[in-house]
Amino acid sequence: MRWLWVLLLLIPSFATAYEASPLAANPQAEARLKALAVELRCLVCQNQTLADSNAPLAEDLRREVREMIAKDLTDKEIIDFLVSRYGDFVLYRPPWKLTTTLLWVGPFLLLGVGAIGLVFALRRRQKKMTDVTLSEAEHNRVTQLLSEGARRP
Amino acid sequence: MNRFLIPFGLFIVVVGFLAVGLTLNPRELPSPLVGKAAPEFSLPQLHDPGKVISSNDLKGKVWLLNFWASWCGGCKDEHPVLIHLAQSGEVPIYGMDYKDQRSEALAWLKEWGNPYQIVAVDEPGRIGINYGVYGVPETYVIDKAGVIRYKQIGPLREDILDKKIMPLVRELQNQ
Repeated sequence: MRWLWVLLLLIPSFATAYEASPLAANPQAEARLKALAVELRCLVCQNQTLADSNAPLAEDLRREVREMIAKDLTDKEIIDFLVSRYGDFVLYRPPWKLTTTLLWVGPFLLLGVGAIGLVFALRRRQKKMTDVTLSEAEHNRVTQLLSEGARRP
Repeated sequence: MNRFLIPFGLFIVVVGFLAVGLTLNPRELPSPLVGKAAPEFSLPQLHDPGKVISSNDLKGKVWLLNFWASWCGGCKDEHPVLIHLAQSGEVPIYGMDYKDQRSEALAWLKEWGNPYQIVAVDEPGRIGINYGVYGVPETYVIDKAGVIRYKQIGPLREDILDKKIMPLVRELQNQ
């Protein structure tokens, strides 16, 4: 029985671990890839960036971008490469175009409508309020009450 | 009466937006490649790896390019439609075996039937990237001059074929 235990204890020694291989030989290129990949959308899992996604297509596109970086292409050239194939949808920040105007202006438009609505509502409320004239005694009573309230913490 | 008119109007507008927005398929993205020259390729053939199939060989005719893979479920769904189309002989279908294993692709075609004239092998998925493929199956209609005229994302169906693709193919063939 004891030899079985010894044998069991020996098993882990057969498991050899290797040092994690670096992501890329060139850390600068990897930093550029990372910066680009967070700006680009994974087409398969549409709410993830190219950097986050494990989809095979995202892996392929990262490989493609990595190769373009190695070829010393500019960021604009790399992004143009992807946009010409997949359209503006790959960009997390779509360009300002006729079709994207509502997307960019919409929130401000809603804010404006809300502000105008608020102004109208406040004005209407103001109109409803009528001025009340106070007698001398009433005025004194108000001052007294307010000063009492101020003294009490 | 007037009190409820504004909220009701807003409600109608929101419902209008939702009615349109919720019935759109977010998976279907407009391809910027429609109307542009189909990206060129020169790839080994699936059934004869020694031979090459090139997009240049296909100039002068209208053809369909269908991206598929043996691992793709949607490809199985559209497969009878492709077989039916191939039997009609109206338009040649060329296959692009996308990110697949040769042996599995061959077994798949043997089991279900082969609707393709020739199947090209895009094992690393590079040609797929050039065509803007993001989910197989995808099908392209390419005209005599080698320009992409239509892109179908997802499985083909008989009604899409009848209403959109075949009228377009016939029109292009007569040009």
